[in-house]
Amino acid sequence: MNGATTTVPDVIRGEASSSVEKPLSRVPLVLNKRNFSWITERITGVIEGPAPRWWWVSFAVSTMVAAIGLFCLGYQISTGVGTWGLNHPVGWAWDITNFVFWIGIGHAGTLISAILFLLRQKWRTSINRAAEAMTLFAVICAAIFPGVHVGRVWMAWFMAPLPNNYGIWPNFRSPLLWDVFAVSTYFSVSVLFWYTGLIPDLATLRDRATSKIKKLLYGIFAVGWRGSNRNWRHYEMAYLLLAGLSTPLVLSVHSVVSFDFATSVIPTWHSTIFPPYFVAGAIFGGFAMVLTLLIPARAIYKLHDVITPQHVDKMAKIILLTGSIVSYAYAMEFFVAWYSGNQYEKYAFYNRILGPYWWYWWVGMLFCNFLAPQLFWFKRFRFNVYVVYFVCMCVNAGMWFERFIIIVGGLHRDFLPSSWGMFHPTWVDIWTFVGTFGIFLSLFLLFIRFLPMIAMSEVKIVLPEADPHHASPGEHHVVAAGGKERT
Amino acid sequence: MRTPSGNRVYGIGAEYPSAASLYEAAKRVRDAGFKRWDVHSPFPIHGMDDAMGLGKSWLSAAVLIGGCTGLLTAALLTFGPSWFIYPLVVHGKPIDWKTVPAFFPIMFELTVLFSAFTAFFAMLIMNGLPRWYHPIFNWDRFSRATNDGFFLVIEARDPRFTEGEAQQLLEQSGGRHITVVHED
Repeated sequence: MNGATTTVPDVIRGEASSSVEKPLSRVPLVLNKRNFSWITERITGVIEGPAPRWWWVSFAVSTMVAAIGLFCLGYQISTGVGTWGLNHPVGWAWDITNFVFWIGIGHAGTLISAILFLLRQKWRTSINRAAEAMTLFAVICAAIFPGVHVGRVWMAWFMAPLPNNYGIWPNFRSPLLWDVFAVSTYFSVSVLFWYTGLIPDLATLRDRATSKIKKLLYGIFAVGWRGSNRNWRHYEMAYLLLAGLSTPLVLSVHSVVSFDFATSVIPTWHSTIFPPYFVAGAIFGGFAMVLTLLIPARAIYKLHDVITPQHVDKMAKIILLTGSIVSYAYAMEFFVAWYSGNQYEKYAFYNRILGPYWWYWWVGMLFCNFLAPQLFWFKRFRFNVYVVYFVCMCVNAGMWFERFIIIVGGLHRDFLPSSWGMFHPTWVDIWTFVGTFGIFLSLFLLFIRFLPMIAMSEVKIVLPEADPHHASPGEHHVVAAGGKERT
Repeated sequence: MRTPSGNRVYGIGAEYPSAASLYEAAKRVRDAGFKRWDVHSPFPIHGMDDAMGLGKSWLSAAVLIGGCTGLLTAALLTFGPSWFIYPLVVHGKPIDWKTVPAFFPIMFELTVLFSAFTAFFAMLIMNGLPRWYHPIFNWDRFSRATNDGFFLVIEARDPRFTEGEAQQLLEQSGGRHITVVHED
């Protein structure tokens, strides 16, 4: 992996002696002066070539793990929620932890695809497709947990406001119902956004397809796209609006998730900083997962010219930024507990660092989420993929621990000492969670096998020759001393 | 219009070597007064809408209507059951205007949901998609339009269209592989 090297663009080295003030040049987003067809060939090559052996091995392992998870879900549904370790006083534990963990991971995909699009961050084009796919698969994993936690899954339709012959309606003032709306809207809008972005690339696959079945399938999903500018005009507007809609949506989803806790009376839960704290944590954990998936994918498929060290560097900076926000929130929680003078709140935070779950806090929150990302202050660590990968793994684990501490830490020692207890996960708890990783990875492996994992039509835009005012070598454009273009 | 071999003519197309040359050609075709023509590129070219003389897409108007519909739906959905059909007084929240903010999350989510679906389907409808058959696909070079090719096609339906003039314009603007595209 050449992750540890940076390239100085040719523009900086040449012609520096000119007395004319030159604009600062940027490191190119696609390295080695690749052209349009190279991008098409390289990215469709991942799909069109035979499936490599590592793919079959990882797919087999992932689907086996997924099957174990599905078996556990089946066992839990057929036997009852009692197969999980939930009991008084801990009525929410791994299930809700896993839900918040997975839904948080999804947020990075939407941040990359929507917020960075509105902020005109062109580097997003190399990573947005895979990150959005990750969002969808993470939300699928997340939705499993509250879905089966309701107990009688076949009654889950009661969460939807459907007229029924009992005359019962959901409570629209409940954060749990807001969650149903937020998560289902988030999934639907993410699918639309992802698919809209895929249409031009599906057309590329359709035009390159060699077998009839591929031509038919890619053709159907490409909806007859032909790259017409009269179509691009509406397409770009739709894409912009979807980005504009997804931006407040993604911020709302984790805010609503945090309302599940913040509107309750449990010490450490009923806190007004929860919405921004949770959103920052979601982006923090999500970017770590994006890098966890993309660094190996880039190495395997030799995509270093498209996902460059610059991309990893920028994502590492976002991890540092959001990690700092999260760490600030951790500190502020302790301050508020002390400043509030509330004995239950104070005890709950004392219990967080010195109670029976002490090491979750010291390892998960302090080391993984606060200390490890501090390495990203240094450029040479941001450009070293091994360090980046290590930190991302810490963050992945740390964010799971954080949610566990918030949820179980608040519940296991509540107002009545006589009802204090601990949470003990059962094998069903553990294997259901492990199984969701199998589901997630199986879906992601299928994605990189059948769909372009890098948005080809978007990466092409960031090449210099995509600019309508770009002078190609054959066209005799001369740049005069004043910087004005003369033909 | 038909070719000597009896095929109906869809239009006449040319391929350009770069986005920049396609952009310049589009300006010339626009200035020549053609109305039924199009350019095809693997990615949207910045400024091409102006070069073709197209205004801003009015898809946003459809999305506004969709968003308002979503908001209204959410208002009916929350007020209807909570105030009239199935009044609930829970966690100390009576039925009055002071408790309306508790409905805002659902109003927000449904506004976004309806807007997003409107944006997607309006985009398809306004582009005339899905359309799995199009005469332009009869041109064998055209498969490069989704890879690295830049194409300009003037339709025979254009009132100003004559094969000679269109061909001349495409040639002068630097078009290559000028081809008459058949309708069937």
